[in-house]
Amino acid sequence: MTGASPKISAVPGKAGAKRRPSAGSFLIHLFVGAFALACLYPFALVIAGSFTTKAYSTLHGFTLWPGVGGLTLAAYQSLFVNMTFIVNGYKVTLFTTIFGTALSLFTNSMMGFTLSRKQLKGRRAINFYVLFTMLFSGGMVPWYIICIRYLGWMVDTVWALIIPMLAGPWNIFLFRNYFTSVPDALYESARIDGAGDFRIYSGIYIRVSAPVLATVTLFTALGFWNDWWLGLMLIKDHTELYPLQMLLRNIISNLQFLQTMEASPQVQALMASIPSDSVRMALVIVTTGPILLLYPFAQRYFVKGIMVGAVKG
Amino acid sequence: MTNMLMGTAGAGHSARAVRTRRTLLQVLSGWQLYAMALPTMALLFVFSYWPMFGAILAFKKYKVKDGILGSAWMNPLLRNFQALNSADARQAIRNTLSLNFMFIAAGTVFALALALMFNEVRHKAYKKVTQSLSFLPYFISTVVIGIFASGMLNYENGSINGMLAALGREKIGFFMEARYWPLILLIVTIWKGAGYSSVVYLATIAGVDSELYEAAKIDGASRWGEMWHISLPMLRPTVIVLTLLAIGRVMNADFGLFYNVTQDMPTLYSTTDVIDTHVYRLLRKRGDIGISTAVGLFQSSISFILVLISNYAARKIDDSAALF
Repeated sequence: MTGASPKISAVPGKAGAKRRPSAGSFLIHLFVGAFALACLYPFALVIAGSFTTKAYSTLHGFTLWPGVGGLTLAAYQSLFVNMTFIVNGYKVTLFTTIFGTALSLFTNSMMGFTLSRKQLKGRRAINFYVLFTMLFSGGMVPWYIICIRYLGWMVDTVWALIIPMLAGPWNIFLFRNYFTSVPDALYESARIDGAGDFRIYSGIYIRVSAPVLATVTLFTALGFWNDWWLGLMLIKDHTELYPLQMLLRNIISNLQFLQTMEASPQVQALMASIPSDSVRMALVIVTTGPILLLYPFAQRYFVKGIMVGAVKG
Repeated sequence: MTNMLMGTAGAGHSARAVRTRRTLLQVLSGWQLYAMALPTMALLFVFSYWPMFGAILAFKKYKVKDGILGSAWMNPLLRNFQALNSADARQAIRNTLSLNFMFIAAGTVFALALALMFNEVRHKAYKKVTQSLSFLPYFISTVVIGIFASGMLNYENGSINGMLAALGREKIGFFMEARYWPLILLIVTIWKGAGYSSVVYLATIAGVDSELYEAAKIDGASRWGEMWHISLPMLRPTVIVLTLLAIGRVMNADFGLFYNVTQDMPTLYSTTDVIDTHVYRLLRKRGDIGISTAVGLFQSSISFILVLISNYAARKIDDSAALF
């Protein structure tokens, strides 16, 4: 299921039977290329925008190439001046991403392993227990009230950014399906050798699950890296715990805050010379950069993930 | 002892005792498995099942000091649900449904067309690069998408307004004019999701027996003919199933998309306010726990029924494609 690399081409080995390139084929290539460029355009615009001067952007709007006269490093300089809050955001996001992903993989894969053992009493009930959370939800408000009123110890700590996101029914079923496809003989023989379930899970099943692990890791890490919701809801006073995406949302108020705090003439002049949008764009580059850098390597697992995504409860 | 008991024919009571014993042994020998399930079960209990129970707040007048159980019942019991009849709530429900149906229809057609076109691209490198770029947007947080949108649409220096100005046309205050937003949100949705969906469709096409295409070629079918008479019919079950599952979620909107891309501008609510953003505002701005819970419960109840129906229908069409 996940072992073979996914084949996107439907008709393999057509190189020999070349057909005359037609107008239709040309149009198709053109359209596909245009869509790809359209997907890329906002990224390019934001990169260019992060280097654009206020004077240029007020006059012409952001463009892909503001010309040499319209270029400035001021947005990045202003980020550099305000380094501490970015470094802080990075620390928070790196911690939640690494620690949260590891913890989430661990708990969800264990659950998936349990659900893959057909002889287990009550397996169907546990399966339903997981599935039902995908079908019905109590809604955002009771969730919020419970977090604030009953799990107060978590609010305004870094745990609020991790714990509510740990359990993922979708990932559990991905693991369960993969483990189910592992030959039972592996389990039985280890059992005869006297290994307990946890030993079999950690020593055998996890080791043969590289494909599903890669895919789930990618999606989980992405979820943590891109999350702002938990920061928005559960970080109230300790804004130093804001993850990167939350900083990005609040950058305008943050910058105004910093402007009044560190009113050195140098900073003031810097702020005046760049559009606040440029600073946001520079911060987009700084925070989304890692994703863009990893993307070429990660995207094949992404395709695999979609392929195995046909999950059943 | 077990043998002895089993040997006693006709002793129903003892047979049951044996069964109980065997069950007990099975449960005990699987203790590690139960222990391994426990952390996730606890997490699901706290963050999914407890809130389900907490939804009784929809029938209560919540006071922080009294908690969920202690707060008094609403009188009349359904009073919080009257908020569903407010102009704002009705607008949010209308927007959610109309936008989602538009996203499903246009999004499916676009993703399908994209997949069929990708399938026709023979140049390997070109295909690889264009396809990789097409699902790049899927990796981006909605906060960043919001900044993208602002970079293009804002009045002072958005790139589109820059172009309009260069053409001597009047600038458009996109964030002040609600009527543009269904289209803008549709474009954003397609931009974000079409590449992703097309991969699913391409996988289906890849599963089609290549002999079918060979046979068609021998019969003199054109590329267009292959697409129309083989690929498209083969995709039909996938399309129907995915559409059904999407319809099951038609009451739910992507909160991040609506909240971040519209920058939560009140000027745009008439076309962009959806149930999720409406509930969020009821909670955070008005702080009305009972009413916001009631609207949320209405949403998730309808959603629950829709998911059950759509999943039932999807299973009728393709047993392996249904969610459960």
